[in-house]
Amino acid sequence: MVHEYDAVIVGAGGAGLYAALEASKTAKVAVVSKLYPSRSHTGAAQGGIGAALGNLDEDKPEWHAFDTVKGGDYLVDQKAAMILAEDAVRAVYELEHMGLPFSRTENGLIAQRRFGGHTRNLGEAPVRRSCYAADRTGHMILQTLYQQCIKNNVQFYDEFQTVDILLEGTKVAGIVTLELKTGEIHIFRAKAVLFATGGFGRMFKVTSNALANTGDGPGVLARAGIPLMDMEFYQFHPTGILGMGILITEGVRGEGGILRNNSGEPFMKRYAPTLLDLAPRDMVSRAIMTEIAAGKGIRGDKKIDDYVFLDATHLGRETVEAKIPDIADFCRTYLGIDPAEKPMPVQPTADYAMGGIPTDVDGRVTDGTTLWEGLYAAGECACVSVHGANRLGTNSLVDLIVFGRRAGQDIARYVKNAKLSALPEDGAQRFTNFRNKLTDGKKGPHPGPLYKEMQETMMANVGVYRTEAKMKQAVKDVQNLRHQFAELRLEDTSRQFNSDLLGILELENLLDLSYITAVSALNRQESRGAHSREDFPERDDGTWLKHTLAGFENPHTSQQHPAEAQVAIRYKEVDTSVWTPKPRTY
Amino acid sequence: MNITVRIQRYNPQMDKAPYNQDYSVSVQPEDRVLDALIEIKRNLDGSLAFRRSCAHGVCGSDAMIINGKNRLACKTLIQDVVQAEGELVSIQPLQHLPVERDLMVNQDTFFSNYRSVQPFLLSKAGLSTSQGNFTPAAAPSTTLIPDDAPQTPESLAARGEYIQSPEDRALFDEATKCILCAACYSACPILDKNPNFIGPAAIVQAARFIFDSRDTGLEPRLKVLDNPDGVWPCENHFECTKACPREIKITKLINQTNRLIKKYREERGEVINDGVAQSS
Repeated sequence: MVHEYDAVIVGAGGAGLYAALEASKTAKVAVVSKLYPSRSHTGAAQGGIGAALGNLDEDKPEWHAFDTVKGGDYLVDQKAAMILAEDAVRAVYELEHMGLPFSRTENGLIAQRRFGGHTRNLGEAPVRRSCYAADRTGHMILQTLYQQCIKNNVQFYDEFQTVDILLEGTKVAGIVTLELKTGEIHIFRAKAVLFATGGFGRMFKVTSNALANTGDGPGVLARAGIPLMDMEFYQFHPTGILGMGILITEGVRGEGGILRNNSGEPFMKRYAPTLLDLAPRDMVSRAIMTEIAAGKGIRGDKKIDDYVFLDATHLGRETVEAKIPDIADFCRTYLGIDPAEKPMPVQPTADYAMGGIPTDVDGRVTDGTTLWEGLYAAGECACVSVHGANRLGTNSLVDLIVFGRRAGQDIARYVKNAKLSALPEDGAQRFTNFRNKLTDGKKGPHPGPLYKEMQETMMANVGVYRTEAKMKQAVKDVQNLRHQFAELRLEDTSRQFNSDLLGILELENLLDLSYITAVSALNRQESRGAHSREDFPERDDGTWLKHTLAGFENPHTSQQHPAEAQVAIRYKEVDTSVWTPKPRTY
Repeated sequence: MNITVRIQRYNPQMDKAPYNQDYSVSVQPEDRVLDALIEIKRNLDGSLAFRRSCAHGVCGSDAMIINGKNRLACKTLIQDVVQAEGELVSIQPLQHLPVERDLMVNQDTFFSNYRSVQPFLLSKAGLSTSQGNFTPAAAPSTTLIPDDAPQTPESLAARGEYIQSPEDRALFDEATKCILCAACYSACPILDKNPNFIGPAAIVQAARFIFDSRDTGLEPRLKVLDNPDGVWPCENHFECTKACPREIKITKLINQTNRLIKKYREERGEVINDGVAQSS
């Protein structure tokens, strides 16, 4: 079945819905998502949206932009960071007018709180910048944008998995999707396609990410020969619930929560004397892993799965229940702990990809030399780059509302004059062959062990601290798994609601992205932001102040033997036109 | 530990009727029921169908009936179920919605009821806003937008936020927690006898806006709520409140909405439209 639209949005989280809302004002738009929109992972974001409203402390977008650049260890494109900070203010007011129920100040303004790395006047002291709705800000964004899409009659195709992009040269023609309900293939022909498929934290063993966060957009585009940018920069959030990875918002530390080691010491004072527990996430995660390696984790066994305590007991029950009610609920449900009475056991958890599909500030996909006409990306799957080597807390929500909105506006402009491209005759061929092979009657292994091995090698070898030997091991392991992937067969051969098939498609995306991540990480011989190498402990601006572009070589010929596709690396300049890179201390 | 998970299977394309299938699964006591389902799916039986995403109780994908209770598989720990109910864990799909396959139900009715209450802000005219922090010098202050000013979100984005006191914000806080998981819809005994009842979640979503000081409130939603299939069928069984994984006091919100409708009708000398009341 073929559908025709001006624009198709793939993914129905914050970025996708905001873009759909903007684009559908003047264009015929469809939103295609593998989930019901309200299930998207934007809904799990807790702490807030950074925006210089200045409701409680004096604040300026310029300060927000500077913090973003410094937080990203100067790998941020600086003009993009200015746009991020300025548009954040507009987008927050706009969301509030759409009904987003922000928490309020005494004066009835949007309430704001402190967050890691957000400072007054270029690093002087923490500033209250994070606009929040208790500890469920993402949930409120997702609900509000979905509500507005309903109000504006946006067309949804729920539970459709996107399996391929159709290009005419470097110009978008459409996408190939699988309707999960029927097993039928639907082709969407469109002038513009936006990928807003979110993250891919499921490549790691301990992650805050949803099971659905499998990098479907970047996976599809990488296999079509589009390079991905800065994939070696993956953020480990310092405070995930022990073993499960469920996030404990940085807002807990924003409200005054303190990290403690096994002797009760508030150890962050030794690592970030000014910002303490509100230092950027990469530094706090490293501090925790350093404590653990020194035997100062709570168990004290120096193993990488040891943990520390996040102490909120001194905040009082009233603050806990009012400011972090959902966190309190998670702790009671999963740990049997009341955070008003006992400290929370936490460890770093894979949380956010700074890298992804390279775009400009209007969401248009470009690697700096080629522009893929009509192709867009926004949100976590994209890389503008405003996060550089390390994202600041709240800036994920800022990214998706600012660039989702901007991409939607640009799509509306673009489709007015653009023409539909011709569809290739055999657009669905690759996927049909793939599915036929999976159901060819041969016996093959379950995907379970592959999932497990991928997540374990990525966690152990491409984690908070990295070395050449470890990353080489990961590259080797993942490459083996990509070969084994070809042996998998579907146990479930029915067409309707075949989630076995969906699981294998997701695994394919994760394996390809794990491979690109590990290769990119091994390639970068310095430490910067979240990429921290024990064998190259210093930042090296002379050689490495540049973005990585990593793409599959010969993607078309390699379709016969996908695991043979090798990664080629190129570089792209970083925009440092506003602030000169300096050493990063807090 | 080893437990037996008994799952109601049904693929309408292949099976004449639902049947139970037992799986023996090795789990940790602190695992979620969802972990057991994932273990089955990945390593024992790839054909098992269920929805899941966030795995920590915020996305609303995996509501199902576990040992007779409507709950989220990702918010239910094995140890809690086993301790209270033994080492046989039985799982069925939600009620009141047609089964699509195994534990997946068709949510069309649930979401169309949700849509019917206009679950979006219908902002009042003449709301106060701050000036907004568009220039570094501007201190936030309160100004009243003239009544003839255009009220679209676009034009208002050039100003700051609507002013809302913390007290007004608190009035609808409870309702904002809903994740549309449909556990309440499955738990509601009214839907056993009246499948046209709009259901608890839709009323919660209506209340979310009716009690928001920025919204025009009840009037635009009156037709759907003040209706024999609207709020009135509720008999205060509290099953929705018990089932809600977000601990929303749903029955209380339904009663608050009922009272508001009654008050609205009384003030106008009108009768509520519950299919029973007569004008005197």
